[in-house]
Amino acid sequence: MPSKSWKEFSKGFVVENPTFVQALGMCPTLATTTSAKNGFGMGLAATAVLVMSNIVISLLRKTVPEKIRIPIFITIIASFVTIVDLLMHAFVYDLWKTLGLFIPLIVVNCIIMGRAEAFASKNNVWYSLLDGLGMGLGFTASLTLLGAIRELLGSGTLFDITIWGKAFNVFIMILPPGAYLTLGLLAALFAFIGMKRKERGNNK
Amino acid sequence: MKIFLILLSAMLVNNYVFMRFLGICPFLGVSKKMDTAIGMGFAATFVLVMSSIISWFIDQLLISLGLEFLRTIAFILVIASFVQFVELFLKKNNPNLYESLGIFLPLITTNCIILGVAIINSMSHYNLLETIFNALGAGLGFLLALVIFSAIRERLELYDLPKPFEGLPIALLIASLLSLAFMGFQGMIKL
Repeated sequence: MPSKSWKEFSKGFVVENPTFVQALGMCPTLATTTSAKNGFGMGLAATAVLVMSNIVISLLRKTVPEKIRIPIFITIIASFVTIVDLLMHAFVYDLWKTLGLFIPLIVVNCIIMGRAEAFASKNNVWYSLLDGLGMGLGFTASLTLLGAIRELLGSGTLFDITIWGKAFNVFIMILPPGAYLTLGLLAALFAFIGMKRKERGNNK
Repeated sequence: MKIFLILLSAMLVNNYVFMRFLGICPFLGVSKKMDTAIGMGFAATFVLVMSSIISWFIDQLLISLGLEFLRTIAFILVIASFVQFVELFLKKNNPNLYESLGIFLPLITTNCIILGVAIINSMSHYNLLETIFNALGAGLGFLLALVIFSAIRERLELYDLPKPFEGLPIALLIASLLSLAFMGFQGMIKL
């Protein structure tokens, strides 16, 4: 049943997908998707920060003065990023090392600031939680998809499982140009699907 | 000599936009016109150098107090307040420059290249001089990338593209080709 809760949760997957439709958070999207696992890890880290910051910002939305809300939001987000950074250092050291610089950079990921500003500061805690979770998982799904394509074509594996031999590898796919190429083609595909949907809607 | 290598490496070999994927949002966002691209590039270079210097001192302070884990929070707050300060200062003392750079300044706070370079400087344990040159190289590399990219996009306006490729997709494909070109610098400098 399409209730409001379900709508807030599910919009992040296709209709308002943060990566392909809104083109937000491009830096980690391009940099960390050298393999499906890395993309997945990065997505989950961002999701954790997004959900927690959305909850706290939504709780504080009536107490935070309008004029200084941005610095307050940044401080809240930065605190959660630090927590996630330390947790990942402690429990998933290998992933922490691969993602490196891009974990502290979650602070300046426009998805998180964007959701805080556009959604969490105007809606109640429950909807903000669902919005954060939906957007975060949509981001994770996009990153995993990108990572899977690049890993498969670039190193012939999927989640570290070998699919075909080294002879078929297109090495460029896991280098920076491959990131831009894959994302560009996927964005074109999403635009194409969006156009077809609209056409069908008009014919009805 | 090492300083010169750091500058060149940050600018070309490890270009922050094409090789390290920092500052992509403004790179895709404000690269439709050459003028705005140049304005954004210079504004970012200036903020990069200044905020790197400030963050270097903050970093030294944090290390001496044993509070390295506060780096992310400290840096982002310093950068945000510095950008705000520059904006107010320009508005009052140099309205002309404010007119041309002003609109880019708020955008710069959330530009990950600023925080990214500050963190890279801190991770690579650069001294103050190396920090300045790394930031300068990053800024100039960003400017270079923006200018090349906006020039191509200006010409692209004239061409008839397949509908789904208009806008973001074609921009990403061009970035892919440029990134391939920048890979030609790979191996030129070993640090």
